[in-house]
Amino acid sequence: MSAVLQTRNLVKKFGAFAATNDVTLNIEHGARHALIGPNGAGKTTLINLLTGFLEPTAGEVFLKGYNVTKLAQHQRVKRGLARTFQINRLFADMTVLESVTMAVCERLGFGWNWWRPVGRHVAAIDEAADLLASLRLIDVANEKTRNLAYGKQRLIEIALALAAKPQVLLLDEPAAGVPTGESRELFETIARLPHDVTILLIEHDMDLVFRFADRISVLVNGALLTEDTPEAIASDKRVKEVYLGEAIHG
Amino acid sequence: MVREPALHESMMRPLAAQAPESTVAPDLAPLRRAAAWRVPEVIFWLIPLIAYFLFPKSLSLLSQIAITALFALSIDLILGYAGIVTLGHAAFFGLGAYAAGLLAKYGYGDPLLGLAFAAAVATAVGFLTSFLVLRGTDLTRLMVTLGVAMMLFEAANKATPFTGGVDGLQGVEMTRLLGVFGFDLYGKTAYWYSVAVLFVLFWVARRIVHSPFGMSLRGIKQNVARMPAIGAPVHGRLVAVYTLGAAYAGVAGALLTQTTQFVSLDVLAFTRSAEIMLMLVLGGTGCLYGALIGTIVFMTAHHFLSDLNPQYWQFWLGAALVLIVLFARDGIMGIAQRLQARLARRATP
Amino acid sequence: MTIIFDGLAEGMLLFLISVGLSVTLGLMNFVNLAHGAFAMVGGYACALLLSRAGIPFLLAVPIAAAAAALAGVILERTLYRRLYTASHLDQVLFSIGLNFMAVATAHFFFGAQQQPFVLPDFLKGQINLPGLDIGIYRLFLIVVGVILTVALQWLVGSTRFGAQLRAAVDNPRVARGLGINVDRVFTLTFALGSALAGLGGALGVEMLGLDPGFPLKYIVYFLIVVAVGGTGNIKGSLLAALMLGIFDVAGKYLVPQVGSFVIYAVMVVMLIFRPQGFFGRATTR
Repeated sequence: MSAVLQTRNLVKKFGAFAATNDVTLNIEHGARHALIGPNGAGKTTLINLLTGFLEPTAGEVFLKGYNVTKLAQHQRVKRGLARTFQINRLFADMTVLESVTMAVCERLGFGWNWWRPVGRHVAAIDEAADLLASLRLIDVANEKTRNLAYGKQRLIEIALALAAKPQVLLLDEPAAGVPTGESRELFETIARLPHDVTILLIEHDMDLVFRFADRISVLVNGALLTEDTPEAIASDKRVKEVYLGEAIHG
Repeated sequence: MVREPALHESMMRPLAAQAPESTVAPDLAPLRRAAAWRVPEVIFWLIPLIAYFLFPKSLSLLSQIAITALFALSIDLILGYAGIVTLGHAAFFGLGAYAAGLLAKYGYGDPLLGLAFAAAVATAVGFLTSFLVLRGTDLTRLMVTLGVAMMLFEAANKATPFTGGVDGLQGVEMTRLLGVFGFDLYGKTAYWYSVAVLFVLFWVARRIVHSPFGMSLRGIKQNVARMPAIGAPVHGRLVAVYTLGAAYAGVAGALLTQTTQFVSLDVLAFTRSAEIMLMLVLGGTGCLYGALIGTIVFMTAHHFLSDLNPQYWQFWLGAALVLIVLFARDGIMGIAQRLQARLARRATP
Repeated sequence: MTIIFDGLAEGMLLFLISVGLSVTLGLMNFVNLAHGAFAMVGGYACALLLSRAGIPFLLAVPIAAAAAALAGVILERTLYRRLYTASHLDQVLFSIGLNFMAVATAHFFFGAQQQPFVLPDFLKGQINLPGLDIGIYRLFLIVVGVILTVALQWLVGSTRFGAQLRAAVDNPRVARGLGINVDRVFTLTFALGSALAGLGGALGVEMLGLDPGFPLKYIVYFLIVVAVGGTGNIKGSLLAALMLGIFDVAGKYLVPQVGSFVIYAVMVVMLIFRPQGFFGRATTR
């Protein structure tokens, strides 16, 4: 197996504070990789460095072997790296179908097309509709995003990321704020994603992490503590110390 | 460490095979037909025709309305669709006005050439200043746009030999439109010329807002942080639309110069920037017809009320603005849509 | 030298008027383009008290500030309050609307002409030093400006009210949880901003003149001061205003053909390289 997403000695400092401290990470192709760590460990900062939302103080990011450290966010998306957000970032006044069609159009390179109406990009609309069907969102396709329940909105987060047909998908706490019953459904949806899509997951619910992931990295104070299989992580004393007080299921 | 086998297995299956059958057939029609012309639109565009016959003596006012509507359209693209706040949009209107005026004054009086030249000047300045404007927050944008407009105003004010300063630019003489239609005293040519340019550019704008590019502008306005994550270059799109808006404003300014054969310094004034924003907000932002209707209502009210008493007009204008912001942020079009929705609900209980 | 002194005085006057805007815009994050209207309230109050009621200048000025503060409280309670969470664009539109209303109202009651304004004798005249003419009124402005700066710094930085204000702005919900009456703090702060505007307006009649167009004519200058000084930064506003005053006066004396162009250019350049203001903190939103 080859690493599809790598970081090399990645550092991000805010003033004197190192939010990401010398992180070297390899995510294998097709992996279900989870990134865990206590609050404030720098998980979201790391995601932001991977996607290009933040610029690293030092170090490099490689996507499919290509150095993307200098690339802007949208250029990394074009190269197959998509993400969801911990807090919904949706298009409140668009219908679900509209927003996903927009994302599909961007992937297909129609974003600069200023003449032909969206309605005549039939292939893009059909693809968006298929995607919505696969995420069980088709019955709300013509609803405005703002009128949907939170659980549905979390699914749109994923739909927008999938519209980019990513090879690597970064899920930043996809179930955050979703009631327990619905989060299970959400994870079933995520688990059904095709296996050639590599997934890096940030999640607080250890139960979900250990059921979903085949590889886990533990981040503490911005640095990687360890990386291993779920079984090994579950029995790792250092990880238990970090999570003292938080129950580890398994 | 026991994994649920069912979940694990399902992971291996491809996406399509797993897609649950939807109970509802996907209704794609609303999106597919979003850009189709509708009956009320066709009726709306009959107004200029009817107005010509109903008010043959007010053609100069009607031309002004058409020109201002084009200006409102230009700020709607920038502010209404892409959400770029500006307090200095008159900069481009004024640039277009002076560009067309100077070109005509120095011997090139062909109207369409003037429009093209004005559009080119406004486009160039719009493109260059877009890089200044698009940095920073809303507050910075407000200030920078204001500052750029004020600089141009001062420049035009002080460059008296060139622009005529406070006295305005005299000696603008236009040749026949298309070599056939001279600009007559009754303003007939001016009227049809303005309406035709407005319609053509409206039609282009309508294509643009319904295109994927236009949709991405709405996306940027609604959630700017998401757009890069779906692969859209936000900065490039904003530069493009800001430049486009500048070009539209430049054409509007050129039309004013050509139809009045004069350029007054107040084409660049702060009040012009403020008023055009006001017309847009009155009609409804982010909606092309909002820009047009807002302009018509504003200009008509201005015409009748300010004749009565200018202070009276200004006071109620201010009051209207305060009320709109507090109670009807989506303007006339928003109110109309809400009424329509209410009627529709009553019709189908 | 005289240019620098006059520039300082004009700058101080700009500061006196703008610092109120710095308070509302910077501390409360409200883009109040109607700030000039409150200054105008102070200006008219002062001018009328002097010319019609015959009240002495030193008494008329504080009354004028109080009148502006009162107007501020009334409008804050009824209108401004609803827009604290609105977008900056909405705030701009709203306050432009208020400006229009204020201009029309002033026009209606006081006419379009400049208000007559006579300074008391002890503020008239000049002190002539070799190479420097010091107008006494200008000196007076500078002194008032310095006193006010110190007082404001103390109020916002070192008093209980200042701490409450900063807490209320940073996070209204938490501040409420701490038992701070956020609504009252905001009302008081807005009143303070208006009072400062009124004070500046009253003191400025002599130099800037006073007619109904006042709120629109000078708003750009106030905004420049706040933008360049950094919002909510009293010391920054002071330095920006002084710089602006000196530039403006020097420009008018030395290169009149350029006019205000320089000032706008300076502002745009400033905003581009230091969007947080020249003296602003880099971390503020």
